[in-house]
Amino acid sequence: MKWLMNNWDQVIKALGEHIFVSGSALLLAFAVSLPLGIWAARSNRVMTIALGISGVLYTIPTMALLALLIPIVGLGKTNAILAMVMFSLMILIRNVATGIREVPADVVDAARGMGMNTAQVLRRIELPLAAPVIVAGLRVAAVTVISITVVAAFVNAGGLGDIIFSGMSSDHSAKIWVGALTACLLSVLVDVSLHAVENRLRKGAV
Amino acid sequence: MNIFSQAWALLMADPARVGNALWTHILLSACALLIGALVAVPLGVRLALSKRSALLAINIANTGRTLPSLAVLALAMPLLGTGFLPSLVALSLLALPPILLNTYTGVRGVDAEVIDAARGMGMREAQITRRVRLPLAQPTIFSGLRIAAAQVISGATLAAYIGGGGLGEFITSGVAMMAVPQLLLGAIPATLLALGVDALFGRLQKFMTPKGLA
Repeated sequence: MKWLMNNWDQVIKALGEHIFVSGSALLLAFAVSLPLGIWAARSNRVMTIALGISGVLYTIPTMALLALLIPIVGLGKTNAILAMVMFSLMILIRNVATGIREVPADVVDAARGMGMNTAQVLRRIELPLAAPVIVAGLRVAAVTVISITVVAAFVNAGGLGDIIFSGMSSDHSAKIWVGALTACLLSVLVDVSLHAVENRLRKGAV
Repeated sequence: MNIFSQAWALLMADPARVGNALWTHILLSACALLIGALVAVPLGVRLALSKRSALLAINIANTGRTLPSLAVLALAMPLLGTGFLPSLVALSLLALPPILLNTYTGVRGVDAEVIDAARGMGMREAQITRRVRLPLAQPTIFSGLRIAAAQVISGATLAAYIGGGGLGEFITSGVAMMAVPQLLLGAIPATLLALGVDALFGRLQKFMTPKGLA
């Protein structure tokens, strides 16, 4: 507690860095997954291939993936963000694709019958109806990415992991507690708030 | 000489070192998964059957799933110290939520009509659980085990930080010395282990699914 009082600026800085790295990774992963997920929703073959490849990436141990990227991109935030994007693709692509596939066919038919073209159907019917499932994917991905960012401190990506690692190497319990609990708190908070968004969307969609 | 042949040379120079780390890694992961399953499967079944809503336990498990692995492992250090045992405790805790949640969902998801039919055939509650609910929930429980296995193997690479040994040791020392071949010695076997175990679970899942459920 005393350590936290004297070093709160360091904790805030690490927390900010943590949110920045996790947020950028999530944004980038979503930007990649959205078109891939839409494509996978339309074609079974794309779905199988996309889930096959992203599933393999998802299974690789976090630290091994970060380490394997070192010879390619070196240390730092790029490495960490790249690893997190690779890791969250499976969750996001799967949820975008299943979300769109679950839109009832007669709703899509009705929209077509009203004269909407494919792009309009996607933007005004399919994506809004798939939104709860997509947000559910974002929620799992966000928590995953926050968790990976903790580990990514070991490839110099900064964040709360820095405090944990320095606490572990110097056997400084207060640092471990503060770093670990702040990280836990962050992921629980993000999980709860995205869950609320998801529920609101679900209610709106019915 | 490229980094892969350097890593290969390093492996050949002392294969037992990598072998030992791999063995510790497997032992740590397998024990954690086993403990997780022994606790979470019965607990999940009990929660699914309890009349009172098991909401609190399920919420705790859901929260547990969101906690960063490294945070959980790191906290084992001030609480339990360093070494194999603290790592095992932390990894077992990490294995619990996915198994518990999948068991709960699987057992809850069994069709009420099927249970009624079993009851009509004169089965007692314990028989229904053993011969109807568990076999029908098995694929869901199994996929929970598969998720937990991947998580535990990944988490076990982090155990090196709290002295738990395993393949993570090569990665941490390799990064500390910026010796790429050294870190590949940990990263490549860890990746292959994770993918191999996942494929094995996939096979087992197909093999063990009760007839008529596929």
